[in-house]
Amino acid sequence: MATFPLEIVTPDRKFFSGEVESVIVRGIDGDLAVLKNRAPLVTPLKICKVRIMIDGKERVAALCNGYIKVSKEGTTIISDAGEWPDEIDIERAKEAKERAEKRLKERQSGIDIKRSELALRRALNRLDVAETKNIDGTKNIK
Amino acid sequence: MAESTRDIKRRIRGITNTKQITKAMELVSSAKLRKAREKLEKTRPYFNTVRESIQEVLSATGNMRHPFLEVREIKRSLYIVITADGGLAGGYNSNVIRAVESEIKSRKDEVDLIIIGRKGKDYFKSRGYNVVGEFLDITEAPAFSDAVQIGQSAMEKYENREVDEVKLVYTEFITTLSQENKIIKLLPNEGVNGDKKEKTSVIEYEPSPEEVLDYLIPKYIESTIYGALIESSCSEQGSRRTAMQSATDNAEEMIDELTLSYNRARQAAITSEISEIVAGAEALK
Repeated sequence: MATFPLEIVTPDRKFFSGEVESVIVRGIDGDLAVLKNRAPLVTPLKICKVRIMIDGKERVAALCNGYIKVSKEGTTIISDAGEWPDEIDIERAKEAKERAEKRLKERQSGIDIKRSELALRRALNRLDVAETKNIDGTKNIK
Repeated sequence: MAESTRDIKRRIRGITNTKQITKAMELVSSAKLRKAREKLEKTRPYFNTVRESIQEVLSATGNMRHPFLEVREIKRSLYIVITADGGLAGGYNSNVIRAVESEIKSRKDEVDLIIIGRKGKDYFKSRGYNVVGEFLDITEAPAFSDAVQIGQSAMEKYENREVDEVKLVYTEFITTLSQENKIIKLLPNEGVNGDKKEKTSVIEYEPSPEEVLDYLIPKYIESTIYGALIESSCSEQGSRRTAMQSATDNAEEMIDELTLSYNRARQAAITSEISEIVAGAEALK
């Protein structure tokens, strides 16, 4: 399959850089897949997982907000944070999830609810990515 | 004899102690500098990419109306000033402070300040400037969340029309020996606009260019602040290292000089003793 260059950049590192066949992310209007020669596009992303296809193999990672920019030269994803499945601290994510759920039950002031909702979404996303199995059933490659 | 040997010895000891301290500080800050530089290298791709894409978006969309792009008459300004928490960093803090003060001294009452670092806070507070926000103990290891917090409080003020422009003052790290003060305008976002590139091909914006900008501009501001924090923390360590290195060198030089005069004084004492003895022996003959 035809490949194109993809870069994923976060504030603390260059998360990913290389030739890929396709990439799937969740934009604020819904999921979208990018293939080679896609028309230029810019759109913000949600807290989501990103699926990257390289040589017919899939790699999954957790992203936290950001945006995707598709141009003729290649595709760039900018995100506040990125983690590969083996980097995710499952215990910590579980704790964060419980904490956020507890806070949401207690119903505090407006900002706290929003914050807890975001925290919950991040935690769920991390857990989801950490447990993701690839389509072909193989373990995630690093 | 001008100075007794005991006095000189005492001074040598004192300077040796000082030298030990400056040497230790030099080592500590070179370790910190190395860490800060690594971080700088890692973050540069991030905000270069953010800056590039916002430039592309703005040049492609032309004149868009957006609260953050709108230029207003400047009645009140907000300055975000990045200084250090600790002193003994050569001219680092005073250079930043001087750069800010030369711009705002004449219109002290029309300026709000957000200060990062204890040194800047102490200085501007004690001189009666209007400090509206302070962030302490973050310069050594700035986190992205710090930048988000600073950026959001600045953007809030701008949106509520409490201030009509936001400027950021930081120290750019060029090499260990040279750092440069920079004052850049964050809001309204014209610096980016000025850099016109030729119009690129049609880009799709989902859901709309306005909404993409809604997201991109704050991101741009946050990442610029984050970048500035990291540049400054690098500069701080670099400038402290240089300052401590020259302090250590000076101490060494002084010790050498004092050792020389100590030896000379000791020699003089011995010589005069000998001549006394010889004179005494002569008298006995």
